Amino acid sequence: MLVRPKPGILDPQGQAVESSLRQLGFAVAEARIGRVVDVRLDTDDPDDARAQIEQMCEQLLANPLIESYEIELAP
Amino acid sequence: MSDVRPRVGVVVFPGSNDDRDALWALGALGAEAVPVWHADASLPDVGAVVLPGGFSYGDYLRAGALARFAPALAAVADFAAEGGLVLGICNGFQVLCEAGLLPGVLRPNASLTFVCRDVEVRVERDDTPFTTRCRVGQRLRIPIKHGEGCWFADEALLREVADLDQVVLRYAVENPNGSVDHVAGVVNPEGNVMGLMPHPEHAVDPLLGSGDGALILASLIDAAREAHAVTT
Repeated sequence: MLVRPKPGILDPQGQAVESSLRQLGFAVAEARIGRVVDVRLDTDDPDDARAQIEQMCEQLLANPLIESYEIELAP
Repeated sequence: MSDVRPRVGVVVFPGSNDDRDALWALGALGAEAVPVWHADASLPDVGAVVLPGGFSYGDYLRAGALARFAPALAAVADFAAEGGLVLGICNGFQVLCEAGLLPGVLRPNASLTFVCRDVEVRVERDDTPFTTRCRVGQRLRIPIKHGEGCWFADEALLREVADLDQVVLRYAVENPNGSVDHVAGVVNPEGNVMGLMPHPEHAVDPLLGSGDGALILASLIDAAREAHAVTT
């Protein structure tokens, strides 16, 4: 899952990286920093896997006040 | 009743580092302060609980996010639900927000730097159990030391917090971390759970720069003493 700061939420880490990238000469308009969490599940059922991961995000991995999340499944 | 030393529990998480200062300060101000181990599933008979500062569970994931799964925190949540007094300082504030006992969340400081210095906070409410020894408008000089003290609430939540008058302390001169609305400390709607980023336990003796933190801790001890008197 990919957890990232919601749009409009100040992301000081992203801002610091953005200014460093500009100093390196890259024309970066904006940089924002999120977090990738890889988990391995004992299930072959993609719906079950997705449901479990959504619960993980809601209960722990993302704080819904400031973060959104995306889920990607790999076999 | 002032001769009664009310018992106040201080929860010790792996990574707590202000637990001893909190125990010492509470003891110096007239409480019988007892440590509560994070793995204990129940609280001893206490009139109040303090969640101390530090870096519980290494601040992994988000500050305070993992401490809320400690057995002791379930006991603290039950204690709070029954009206028990709970004060979260710094990391303790982060834990209470992550546990849903207080509104908002503490984010990395807007400056991205760790701040460690005395700040002035303005007392916004003197009718909470944590501020009875203060008066509205009073400025308190208390140290802060944190990297993630930027209290955040979105517009809807901020309106709710304002409607319920939940802000107890605001940064008075400068906002050291970029918190929304200069918030330094909030209370729950019921008024029995409070969190703040400044460290009152580091400001109980003028010899160390300021005694203003004692006003908050002594207010809590007064309230704990009353709670004790009611239950016994």
